Amino acid sequence: MAGELVLLDFWPSPFGMRSRIALAEKGIPYEYREEDLRNKSDLLLQMNPVHKKIPVLIHNGKPVCESVIQVQYIDEVWHDKAPLIPSDPYQRAVARFWVDFVDKKIYDLGSKIWKTKGEEQANAKKEFIECLKLLEGELGDKTYFGGESLGYVDVALVPFYTWFYAYEKCGDFSIEAECPKMIAWVKRCMQKESVAKSLPEQEKVYEFVLQLKKLFGIE
Amino acid sequence: MAVVKLFGAWFSPYAYRVIWALKLKGIPYEYIEEDLRNKSPLLLQYNPIHKKVPVLVHDGKPICESTVILQYIDEIWPQNPLLPADPYDRAATLFWIKFADDKGYLMSKLYQTDGEEQQAAVKEWLEMLEVMEEHALIGGKKFFGGEEINMVDMAFSFVAYWLGVIEDVVGLEIFEPHKFPLVSLWIQNFKSIPVIKENLPDADKMFALLKHGREMMLASKSD
Repeated sequence: MAGELVLLDFWPSPFGMRSRIALAEKGIPYEYREEDLRNKSDLLLQMNPVHKKIPVLIHNGKPVCESVIQVQYIDEVWHDKAPLIPSDPYQRAVARFWVDFVDKKIYDLGSKIWKTKGEEQANAKKEFIECLKLLEGELGDKTYFGGESLGYVDVALVPFYTWFYAYEKCGDFSIEAECPKMIAWVKRCMQKESVAKSLPEQEKVYEFVLQLKKLFGIE
Repeated sequence: MAVVKLFGAWFSPYAYRVIWALKLKGIPYEYIEEDLRNKSPLLLQYNPIHKKVPVLVHDGKPICESTVILQYIDEIWPQNPLLPADPYDRAATLFWIKFADDKGYLMSKLYQTDGEEQQAAVKEWLEMLEVMEEHALIGGKKFFGGEEINMVDMAFSFVAYWLGVIEDVVGLEIFEPHKFPLVSLWIQNFKSIPVIKENLPDADKMFALLKHGREMMLASKSD
């Protein structure tokens, strides 16, 4: 069942972080391979010919692409350890809905915050906070979105925390001031070893964003 | 007996996915047509986040987003499965569903634009069709689901039917069958399946709706 597992990844990718957390939660050993996205490996291009993107999870030589699908796959294959997706069909639908929401909103809005200025950036910040507040509503009084243990939504969302410092610096605002419940949830997640060891430091991500801004000629 | 309700819009490919799934599995349901310019309080209550159709309500509990709905339906009513049982095959299937879902915006991008923006949309359509032709229908399969249709076939239905109407509205031929022989064959096979053939929006009615929408858009641009 374990077989050979390789994760093609790029250290600041919140999508790659999702799979890292899922594998760590279940204590599954794997080989992590860092990709240089300006010089993609033949393996990456072969394993993800359609999108040529990371992360790619390769299990016994067969690729699984798209982080959300990887997390579901990992959960199904190693279902006896630390289940991430609820067993009740309705709860699964709710979890999938919110993972889809994170995918539709958080990355694009966050990107707009660091890439743009003026009105476009202001609108992105506003909508970003609104989305985090909706997520806070869904979290409610629970320890994690998954209840007492990490779940699908937790794994899908928490990696974006590593980009919050960059968003705050570029957008000149405080996410914690607007969404304290969200940050409290993040801190609870970060106390888990599987999360802490899978995520890079926010300062490092910010340095990376500054490099990107230089590269793209963004002020 | 559990009650199943579906909130939809008569022209929405996303609503049709759910209709096909329910009919394939023989699940009785009540259909509620929504006027998307005047959404019902019930829809807004069931889908406060996106305020969109389709919404499935099962035993009073709402499920939103067509791909989430279809997975739910497949789990509650396993007959005539829409997804493979094997985790790897399921992951591969979900990949193509996501691919199709991520390209859905190309429909409105094509008929709600003109000039350079529309040219860009045409280019994106062709790129998508090339990927379908080259990567998605490998192994000479009749359907994405093999011998029977599955969720991927339903997800690509916008290519099989809706694209044709949009092409007529904008007066452009984007899908040239000889350039995409595998996709072309798939389209013919897909549209000949009884549950699909008998459950498609009226093409003339859709043409009129989209044509009107396009004319309004072009008029407001020239103001």
